Amino acid sequence: MLEIKNLHAAVDGKEILKGLDLTVKAGEVHAIMGPNGSGKSTLAYVLAGRAGYEVTEGSVAYDGKDLLEMSADERARDGVFLGFQYPVELPGVNGMTFLRTAANAVRRHRGLPELDGIDFLKLLRQKASLLEMDDSLLKRAVNVGFSGGEKKRNEIAQMAVLDPTLMVLDETDSGLDIDALKVVSKGINALRGPDKATVLVTHYQRLLSYVEPDFVHILARGKIVASGGKELALELERDGYVNYVPEAA
Amino acid sequence: MAATTETQQALKEIGGDYKHGFVTDIEMDVAPKGLNEDVVRMISAKKGEPEWLLDWRLEAFRKWGKEEEPEWAKVHYPAIDFQDIHYYAAPKKKDGPKSLDEVDPELLDTYAKLGIPIKEQEVLAGVMGSPNIAVDAVFDSVSVATTYKKKLEEMGIIFGSFSEAVKTHPELIRKYLGSVVPVSDNFYATLNSAVFSDGTFVYVPKGVRCPMELSTYFRINTKETGQFERTLIIADEGSYVSYLEGCTAPMRDENQLHAAVVELIALDNAEIKYSTVQNWYPGDKNGKGGIYNFVTKRGACRGVNSKISWTQVETGSAITWKYPSCILQGDNSQGEFYSVAITNNMQQADTGTKMIHIGKNTRSRIISKGISAGRGQNTYRGLVRVMAGAENARNYTQCDSLLMGDKCGAHTVPYIEVKNPSAQIEHEATTSKISEDQLFYCLQRGLTQEEAVSMIVNGFCKEVMQNLPMEFAVEAQKLLGISLEGSVG
Repeated sequence: MLEIKNLHAAVDGKEILKGLDLTVKAGEVHAIMGPNGSGKSTLAYVLAGRAGYEVTEGSVAYDGKDLLEMSADERARDGVFLGFQYPVELPGVNGMTFLRTAANAVRRHRGLPELDGIDFLKLLRQKASLLEMDDSLLKRAVNVGFSGGEKKRNEIAQMAVLDPTLMVLDETDSGLDIDALKVVSKGINALRGPDKATVLVTHYQRLLSYVEPDFVHILARGKIVASGGKELALELERDGYVNYVPEAA
Repeated sequence: MAATTETQQALKEIGGDYKHGFVTDIEMDVAPKGLNEDVVRMISAKKGEPEWLLDWRLEAFRKWGKEEEPEWAKVHYPAIDFQDIHYYAAPKKKDGPKSLDEVDPELLDTYAKLGIPIKEQEVLAGVMGSPNIAVDAVFDSVSVATTYKKKLEEMGIIFGSFSEAVKTHPELIRKYLGSVVPVSDNFYATLNSAVFSDGTFVYVPKGVRCPMELSTYFRINTKETGQFERTLIIADEGSYVSYLEGCTAPMRDENQLHAAVVELIALDNAEIKYSTVQNWYPGDKNGKGGIYNFVTKRGACRGVNSKISWTQVETGSAITWKYPSCILQGDNSQGEFYSVAITNNMQQADTGTKMIHIGKNTRSRIISKGISAGRGQNTYRGLVRVMAGAENARNYTQCDSLLMGDKCGAHTVPYIEVKNPSAQIEHEATTSKISEDQLFYCLQRGLTQEEAVSMIVNGFCKEVMQNLPMEFAVEAQKLLGISLEGSVG
């Protein structure tokens, strides 16, 4: 599904990722953990194709295609979804219009018929109820005036509607209280499937007790420095990064 | 800042041709170039006007000779040679079309190319059972098709070409023409008064609520023909009318001058809603060609509790010089101005409004959204004046500017003059950029760069767009996206 080889990426001329390797197979959930500034968010942005995140070396294959050759919107339509750490406000842009436009862009790409207003509303209501989201939230301008928790739920609701293949979630757990975390986790788990893959970027083990990963990787100084099962996350919770990142001591 | 550099990169040009660039070949009846008394007399004679109207034109012409072109607006253009312009052009006709069958099929074809909605084409073609939108088509200078007239006539509503109204309702024209925009108001209005070719006349009688949106499409077609429409709308006591004006023009290299005058009059308890979507040829990426739009639009809330609301979406023209205004004369009268102005490439717009509070408890509301891209220059210029007798006047003004790239400009020039201490005036202004975060967020959900910009810009303009009648809103939303096509790469 996703094969990252020797990935180097720079932002503003400064190299952040320094030879990262990662292979994610269909059906798997991978957690990427690491201290602040280790390059976690950079990895998420590079996968999503954000402008300004320049790949200087290495390759990323997605579903057998060269991901780096695709523009950000092409990647999105082809099933790459990024759950934002800080979802962006779009003043005046109605949430339903926004998501329906996006959903239909994805559907066109997949050769599916576009959804009309009524069918879209049905789909949206169904997905939103999973996330215990209030209808009124969906009618408002995208993320404007949403609480931190509402924004994150909205991200997952969008993900559920767009039905992506590769889900990259950048600190989706940050800023969530325990109840919201459970709801969001339920949403993420509902989207797991044999032909889908998830990359969870997180600081804390907390999320991983609700969304159980198949693999846990430690990202430090732009590289994966250790990989293991979920027990690795528990070890980090106990000991911190000191065994993997000397300067964290 | 990295984002600024990225924004620049994101906004590099991709080109894109003006969709409506075509020329219709219809035999024209053209006055020689230049302006003198003889040309004014010729225009008047061509239209078979009464003596008083010819005198009115001649008075305007003489005053025009003494006036100077205004230079205070923030727009720059080469000097216009007013003697190098045709002041009259009309499609040739024998006795004037008596039915739509007489309308040149090429004209109908033109409407089709313009993408005028099929339903309105059906109205134009006189198809039975077509919807309730009355279209008075101004093709160059002469109205060639008026529809739904019968239905409106039954309610006593007069809706038709200006020249026709001069013949059928001279008393109304004589009473109201120039009563809001006087002959010597400004250089362009005076010019218009001397040479206006045709336009639209609307009268809604006492207590009548006009049951349909009245709609007019203006087109500029003859080479180097200045266009001087004259519109007069009168809403008598307790009446209501909503009027739509939509424009598009074929591609031309020559600059085309357009100096229209629109006068609105609302009597006691009457309401006029005037909506414009303006999509004239803006010139090419280097600023070659494009329409010069010097328009005087003004409404008088003459009666108590009267209301005039202007909504405009200005996306075209090389130069826009336009200040739809309200004179709030009647007590408790209300004026509104909702505006979206886009300048892309080399376009320049200096637009805004004047709200003149004269009566007691008068209220005005100004919402202006300016979008600048490319090398466009966008100026909001607005006056709020509260006269000494205007007790408890209220105004709320909000001016928001959105910048795309770093070669464009946004300018806000509010004038506030208050001569009554009971007035409450609020003014808010913001300037922002489309952020890289917003663009990326939209792209990441699968929208193309252009869909993303269109969506963000439409969100920015929402408060204005929601004031447009439904038929227009959809068209206008698309237009915002199309107008900015060249600004995103």
